[in-house]
Amino acid sequence: MSINGKAYIAGVYEHPTRKATDKSLAQLHAESALGALKDAGLTKDDVDGYFCAGDAPGLGPLSLVDYMGLKLKHLDATETGGSSYVLHVGHAAEAIAMGKCSVALITLAGRPRAEGMATGTAPRNYGSSAPDVAFEFPFGPTVVNMYAMCAQRHMYEYGTTSEQLAWIKVAASHHAQYNENAMLRNVVTVDEVVNSPMIADPLHRLDCCVISDGGGAIIVTSPEVAKTLKRPLVKVIGAGEAPKHQMGGKVDLTYSGAVWSGPMAFDEAHVKPTDIKYASIYDSFTITVLMQLEDLGFCEKGKGGAFVSDGNLIAGTGKLPFNTDGGGLCNNHPANRGGLTKVIEAVRQLRGEAHPNVQVQNCDLALAHGTGGSLGTRHGSATVIMERE
Amino acid sequence: MTVKQRAFPSPIADPDTEQFWSAAKNGKLMVGSCNSCGEKHYYPRGICPHCGAQDITLVEASGKGEIYSWSVLRRADPPFAIAYVTLDEGPTMMTNIIECDLDTLAIGQRVKLKFSETEEADGPPVPTFVLD
Repeated sequence: MSINGKAYIAGVYEHPTRKATDKSLAQLHAESALGALKDAGLTKDDVDGYFCAGDAPGLGPLSLVDYMGLKLKHLDATETGGSSYVLHVGHAAEAIAMGKCSVALITLAGRPRAEGMATGTAPRNYGSSAPDVAFEFPFGPTVVNMYAMCAQRHMYEYGTTSEQLAWIKVAASHHAQYNENAMLRNVVTVDEVVNSPMIADPLHRLDCCVISDGGGAIIVTSPEVAKTLKRPLVKVIGAGEAPKHQMGGKVDLTYSGAVWSGPMAFDEAHVKPTDIKYASIYDSFTITVLMQLEDLGFCEKGKGGAFVSDGNLIAGTGKLPFNTDGGGLCNNHPANRGGLTKVIEAVRQLRGEAHPNVQVQNCDLALAHGTGGSLGTRHGSATVIMERE
Repeated sequence: MTVKQRAFPSPIADPDTEQFWSAAKNGKLMVGSCNSCGEKHYYPRGICPHCGAQDITLVEASGKGEIYSWSVLRRADPPFAIAYVTLDEGPTMMTNIIECDLDTLAIGQRVKLKFSETEEADGPPVPTFVLD
């Protein structure tokens, strides 16, 4: 059984706020939900399936379901960090294919800026009952130094350079200049990236994503519902998900779970990486993008540095336009979780609704990929492939 | 650049790891060894992550190994070097490289075990490494 063609993305919404001192967390979720429903041409009462992750306040999905007043037949609060919402698209398609629901709502929101959270450089403790905590937390693992160790090893094994990583940020900044909601709209150069302050060797400040408040939502529907709506038809044709971890001490930081989630999605979609016209690739850091591009098969393993160089990811210039909203590196990383906005920009591209200066011509096939948790320890990978009908 | 040492939060032992942390108090670094498949693992746990057997013995590691990867968190006060070290016995473990020049660390450098005391008076020490 396959989800290919069994579900459509009918509505998306990216909350415009980047600092939400005036909004509650539940309010950001609900405003995002209403935005996506309006985009689809549906109302709250049409929703019969709800998907959220660890950023949702309260017990799993229950508090937000209560807050928004939803009556549901299907619930899913699978938590894999920032990749959750990409994974939720696949799960929603599965639920719809099985007839468990016909209008699925996925929401994300967070206020790390308003709350003054030390996002990247303070160790996060997931509680002493997590079996890894005693063996890791004392050593100060943070988001940035964990991804930095992946970059360090990638450089050692494959000769990847800081200048090559910088090209990823340069491409994102070229796109962000056209996005009026983007946090960082200045176009930057390779020199500016590699000369920005070192945060955690070998990652510089401009190798890191922004910290932003905000949120977003996605509406996934059955083909029957999608075809009654007035929006362009964006069909889900493939999905894959996989965790990767330390493998009992056989640590290998050079690849991500995309080596498994990618082929699952491509096989289900009956397409290959060279067919993809636009890719939304999770960009918590530049190294995240480089590893995922390799692991998804857009280039040979170890050749990511050469692949991303010289503007190859810039819309209109390169062979693989990526993150044309500016991505997490320049636009938005709501709740420190970038998976949902990856799906949103892919849908904009497939609809022809991206900014004209970054819109990919004849964009009929797009991929969105997320990594959640930490590439340096344990993470969830999720890939979704979508087609404009 | 050698800087002052950061304070290490004390790990909290649980029934699964009590024996590991007791050994740490005696200056011994233990790794899990599966009596069913023969594979070693880290961090230690009650079930073999390679084959699923529950017949695990903790065995003492030599404390020698090499840096698999590292990063100095320059934004921390004081800056410190986190690392994965691959033990000569096989498993790779997260740790800190201490008492070193933070500007000359490199993958492949040989390191040896040196336990570091932790913040709580009765907390076990944690396995850190110095250059060998």
